[in-house]
Amino acid sequence: MANTIKIRARVSGDTTTVKALISHPMETGLRKNSKTGEKIPAHFIQEVVCEHKGDAVLTAQWGPAISKNPYLSFRFKGAAKGDTLTLRWVDNKGESDSIETQIA
Amino acid sequence: MTNMKRRTLLKGSLAAGAVGVAVGSGLLAPRTVLAAWPKEAFEANSVDSALNSLMGQSQLEGSDKIEIKAPDIAENGAVVPVSVETSIDDVESISIVAEKNNTPLTSAYVMSPRAEGFVATRIKMSETSSVIAVVKAGGSLYSTGKEVKVTIGGCGG
Repeated sequence: MANTIKIRARVSGDTTTVKALISHPMETGLRKNSKTGEKIPAHFIQEVVCEHKGDAVLTAQWGPAISKNPYLSFRFKGAAKGDTLTLRWVDNKGESDSIETQIA
Repeated sequence: MTNMKRRTLLKGSLAAGAVGVAVGSGLLAPRTVLAAWPKEAFEANSVDSALNSLMGQSQLEGSDKIEIKAPDIAENGAVVPVSVETSIDDVESISIVAEKNNTPLTSAYVMSPRAEGFVATRIKMSETSSVIAVVKAGGSLYSTGKEVKVTIGGCGG
């Protein structure tokens, strides 16, 4: 599960804007395979954490009602250009991924 | 070329299946869950019980300091872009709720003191309903709603 995250972080003044796209099926567990009629098991991201200097600036808790290939954007203060930002996610099957990026 | 066609067909049939299930099923599949993840809140069937389970209260105070951006009409309920922005100070969390989804709570965002009152994502909606942004600040819940008309439901469980 490498490279599932695309992230951009840009600072303007004191505010850093973060935009992230994650490749993930986000299955609700309600859909059926139309050929076999079997339910497709739930498979969705439950938690996304974004950290700056060891501080979790945003923790997103997601249910299955977040769209496939999720998009997340938020803003926070107190970071400078060149700082490292870490974003990681964990899903209901225990799979996970993380990425580090430099704030531009 | 054959492969391309196959993919289109597959996509089409999957989408059709999704709508059927969204309409017909209120069941929840078993899930393995993280300790911190608020399972009960995400599996709650009403807005009140979801908020009670998540934050211990469900009394909402309307606020004009919260702005929701979402389309008036969403052609595809599987992908409804929603952003919430608030000028309320000391926001502890923002939750996005789709009122008529089987399980209304879509997501909750816990903000550190450094986070600004803004979050944007894309949610699934099973049918036309109100999208409610709930902002927790200073121990109280503030909210604003916006009606989003959904033309094709998006398996919103």
